[in-house]
Amino acid sequence: MPSQEFCLSPRECKPALFWTLLGVGGLVMLGTLASFFYLEHHGHVMTGMDNQIVWGLPHVFAVFLIVAASGVLNVASIGSVFGKKMYKARAPLSGLLAIAMLAGGLAVLVLDLGRPERLIVAMTHYNFKSIFALNMIFYNGFFAIVGLYLLTLMDRRLNPWSKPVGLLAFLWRLALTTATGSIFGFLVARAGYNSALYAPMFIIYSFAYGLAVFIVVQSVMYKWNNIQVDERILTRLKNLLAIFIAASLYFTAVLHLTNMYFAKQWEFERFILLDGGIYPLLFWGGQVFLGGILPLLLIFSQAGRNPATVFAVALLVVLGGHCQMYVTIIGGQAFPLDLFPGYAESSSFYDGVVNGYTPTIWEFLLGIGGIAIAFLITTAAVRVLKFMPQDDFKDIELTAR
Amino acid sequence: MSEQNLNPDNSERRAFLKAGAVVTGAAVAPGVLLFGVAQARAPEEPASDKIRWGMLIDTTKCASGCDDCVRACNTENGLSGATGPQDSQWIRKLNIRHLKSGVETSLPMLCQHCEHPPCVDVCPTGASMKRADGIVLVDRHICIGCRYCMMACPYKARSFVHEPLTDQNPEVPRGKGCVESCTFCVQKVDRGENTTACVEACNAAGHKAMLFGDLNDPQSEIAQAMKTYATTEVRADLRLNTGVRYRGI
Repeated sequence: MPSQEFCLSPRECKPALFWTLLGVGGLVMLGTLASFFYLEHHGHVMTGMDNQIVWGLPHVFAVFLIVAASGVLNVASIGSVFGKKMYKARAPLSGLLAIAMLAGGLAVLVLDLGRPERLIVAMTHYNFKSIFALNMIFYNGFFAIVGLYLLTLMDRRLNPWSKPVGLLAFLWRLALTTATGSIFGFLVARAGYNSALYAPMFIIYSFAYGLAVFIVVQSVMYKWNNIQVDERILTRLKNLLAIFIAASLYFTAVLHLTNMYFAKQWEFERFILLDGGIYPLLFWGGQVFLGGILPLLLIFSQAGRNPATVFAVALLVVLGGHCQMYVTIIGGQAFPLDLFPGYAESSSFYDGVVNGYTPTIWEFLLGIGGIAIAFLITTAAVRVLKFMPQDDFKDIELTAR
Repeated sequence: MSEQNLNPDNSERRAFLKAGAVVTGAAVAPGVLLFGVAQARAPEEPASDKIRWGMLIDTTKCASGCDDCVRACNTENGLSGATGPQDSQWIRKLNIRHLKSGVETSLPMLCQHCEHPPCVDVCPTGASMKRADGIVLVDRHICIGCRYCMMACPYKARSFVHEPLTDQNPEVPRGKGCVESCTFCVQKVDRGENTTACVEACNAAGHKAMLFGDLNDPQSEIAQAMKTYATTEVRADLRLNTGVRYRGI
């Protein structure tokens, strides 16, 4: 069985590789912890964040991980809820990645808090009107439900429960991403946010980012274990990714068009799409081209059948996703609040000016800590349990039909 | 016992009572007098929802270039007065210029103490809260420093404390890692002074552009003024029913 090739004999077990991976992840985590304690001692004065750009690079990494975490579970959902066998074989890895990435994303958010030692306060004081507080409930519930779902997938006696629990996990993840998108959608005062589109748009983004991450992880696992992925599986995954990428581009277009058409946020749109410096560059170059158009071109090109191309496409989507988060989170704050429409504003508190943001190494270290946590959890879990997707070729024939 | 024998006893008792009354009076009187003059609430008495504290700012009287209100706020609340991107500013002078007519106006911008504050809505722990008397505050004990309130505030009224603080005003606790904003000088309000440092400074400078008072009391100066003049809310489109109103814009 392919999964056992990872550890068939001590020679093939590749303990050196495993410990190297843990070492690399651990080193990154060490940097993250150093950054955390440094900021805890000195305060956020050591970051590029200020009273204008209140959420910075850590949030870009964190929100990407959280959104992708809910999306990566889709692979399992397609298997359990919609009964596709090829995806069912990938359900355990999908659930594991969902938990690992959510843990990574949330850890970054917590480490960036002004008072991280008050996490217990956040867990015991809930303002139920706050979408942020509801998110905490969704996140905790997600861990519990996906954990249970993994149990039903991996314990043969509990297998019959995998469909109903999988359905619950699917519905829960839709609610979770709706709530995550609404963190921005509910910000009524800011030109860049304040749109109901954020909820469905984040769900679509999550489909694309989650599947892309899944493809990256699966490709690496196969490569290290010298397993050739079946072309039919690859074709289905990349075609599904193409649909998600196209849908993401569609929602992005609709968001900006509605902003221009009925919300009359022309100034903001001009800023984010044309003359806002790094933001239009990241939007067009990163989110739209590298994360959208180029992957689509590659998927439908001749090279699209090549596993290396699909791997590159998935990496591009992940990169584009980070660009999108940067444009959404930082770009939305960089554009000044308009307190007096029709007036030019100026003050000692940076009213009316585009807010600059230069992240420091500390924020970067905090941010990549989330990836390191997800990486460490995944590496350790894959080592000790059977998470390697195993395909029954009869099922592939059925699915491919 | 003769009456003569009783007299010295009585006089002694009278003297004792007199002295006791004087001492008790001296101890209690300042409190009673203060209460009588200022009607401060007792510490255990909650803020009343019969009152809604508000502020009216007459931009026609606000002098361009004058920042007495800002400096008074900094002194009262222990802010450094520094204006770097990471420094706290609870009140700022905002200069606005009408894009078509070119008319310029100067006005103080501070927490608008909304009836429906977005910062309170979004705060995950309930640290951002509105008192019964309409003052919007941050509970220093349960603010986790997530800054979502700063994302939500339409007035850019909030600041995050980016570094450790020293020499704080004991009446105005502040702390690294928490969000803060104008409190309507709640320490003064609770002492019964019923004014704010910025309003006092504006009056002292002779501009009298700022008025603080109870919007719910029809006899108050602020309520009378709001009946007389047209006043506006900043970002009235958001329907937050702000406690701070402006005249002349």
